[in-house]
Amino acid sequence: MNLATLTKDIHSAPTAPSGFVRRIGSLARAEALLLRRNPMALINALAIPVAMVVFLVTVEAGDSAGGSGRGPAVVTTLTAVSLLAVVYMGLVTALVARREELVLKRLRTGELYDAEIIAGTAAPAVAVAWGQMLVGVLAAFTVFGMGLPTNPVLVLVAIVLGTAVFVLFAVVTTAVTRTVEMAQVTATPGYAVPVLFSGLLFPLDLLPEPLQRVAPLMPMTPVVDLMHLGLTGRTPDGDTVGLGASFAPAAGPVLVLVAWVVVAGWAARRWFRWEPRR
Amino acid sequence: MDETSIISVEDLRRRYGKVGAGGFDAVRGVSFSVRRGELFAVLGTNGAGKTSTLEVLEGLALPTSGAVRVLGHDPYHSRRLVRPRVGIMLQDGGLPPDLTVNETARMWAGTLTSARPVEEALDLVDLRHRAKVTVNQLSGGERRRLDLAMALIGRPEILFLDEPTAGLDPESRQRTWRLVRDLLGSGTTVVLTTHYLQEAEELADRLAILHQGRIVRAGTPAEVTASQPAQVSFTLTADPPDPVPDLPGALGVDRAFGPGGSKMIVRTRDLQRTLGALLAWAGSRGLVLADLNARSASLEEAFLAVADAAGDRADPEVAA
Repeated sequence: MNLATLTKDIHSAPTAPSGFVRRIGSLARAEALLLRRNPMALINALAIPVAMVVFLVTVEAGDSAGGSGRGPAVVTTLTAVSLLAVVYMGLVTALVARREELVLKRLRTGELYDAEIIAGTAAPAVAVAWGQMLVGVLAAFTVFGMGLPTNPVLVLVAIVLGTAVFVLFAVVTTAVTRTVEMAQVTATPGYAVPVLFSGLLFPLDLLPEPLQRVAPLMPMTPVVDLMHLGLTGRTPDGDTVGLGASFAPAAGPVLVLVAWVVVAGWAARRWFRWEPRR
Repeated sequence: MDETSIISVEDLRRRYGKVGAGGFDAVRGVSFSVRRGELFAVLGTNGAGKTSTLEVLEGLALPTSGAVRVLGHDPYHSRRLVRPRVGIMLQDGGLPPDLTVNETARMWAGTLTSARPVEEALDLVDLRHRAKVTVNQLSGGERRRLDLAMALIGRPEILFLDEPTAGLDPESRQRTWRLVRDLLGSGTTVVLTTHYLQEAEELADRLAILHQGRIVRAGTPAEVTASQPAQVSFTLTADPPDPVPDLPGALGVDRAFGPGGSKMIVRTRDLQRTLGALLAWAGSRGLVLADLNARSASLEEAFLAVADAAGDRADPEVAA
């Protein structure tokens, strides 16, 4: 659907404005039931992120003396891992499964808009991911003694834009994924590349010079930068700033994320298929 | 557009694949209209273009060219206006296997503007007793009925049914036919594709036979079958004193020898006159016409004749 027809449809819409919330909600409830009944998806959604964070925190605790720095690190790591394991991987699998079962084709015969079908299918995975982030934040405050964040708005922006980017990446990845099993292979680049350039696995100084320059343009790096900036006031350059001065250094990472949303959104429209290829 | 027509299709074409050679024309200039409250059946062999045509009416696909109006709107671009008023049953279910019947129907109802209660929809297709069973445990026929229930939940004015009784046992098929008749009785318009010609004969007010992307016959079932000869068949257990005479209206007589005597089949354009003459001849000679059967052509015969005739015609566009 192009923009012209979309706006035409909106102007002629006779239904209540709450219609899309109801429609997405109904689909999301069904999708949540399916998630609950699929043990593999559930393990993927719940166990893997927790295990990875425990691992990373243990490694970091061995590296340094730990202390107050670990709270933000836990939250940031958990955010990144949730976006990749739960939102990205989970949604590639779910969308491919629904497409191959012809569920997506059927959903398009009703009143749901295309974007609502994606949103409803993605909602449970997004809810699980955001729930994990919330648990991470609570754990950071209580167990790791994290202080109040410098700029909570930037944390929310990082999470919302990061979610949008990885939902759209998942939609695009389904175009090259014929079966649920194949997702393990086809989703690897979308998983590995962002995480390698994020600075979470190793400091970006270790990368060769040209790659260091590319890193901030990768999709996970700005999420991590915004999380650091919002939680501790630490800029990508290594300075520490207060609330007022934290907005300016956020502009770059936000722009990069918006650019990824635009690019992935365009690619999703261009290549996403609603039915199996025959 | 005719005032009473609720769907109009003008010179619809659909082409798959590349431009020029290598592409495939699935629908090649189809025009028809459907009147409010009638059942319009689209018949055709596999690959005739039935589903390709239906997908455009349902607003699932854009035509390559041609104009389609459903309830006065473009079904693709004005989806928002059309969809709340139509119900669509696709050929393949697309039901998540791990949801129960009830959960599936509830999910669908939640996405519709004015939905019936789920229980009512399940009652319509006699599936309420299976409400707590997951879809992967349903039989093929039960899944088809759940599909139909979902198409009905939104109280549609127009119902699109793509082979609704495929895979149903005879009893379920009868039940579905009764339900469709009830819906027609309450004013619903139905567009149906089917492989079962008897289904079209039972239900259709009007029909179109598609062959290789074109409409080759259209009209009421009676009009379509009228183009085919009726036939009278009987078995002569003993040789008659004189051969079967030339019967008025008869087009020809086929004779086959079997264990019970010789079986005769008379094809005719005028069943009443032919049959009258036959009975008079047999009566005057005291002959027994065993297994006597006289009937007008069935839709199946008309359909097969059309498919055969059209198949014989050389068609370079399809060969390309």
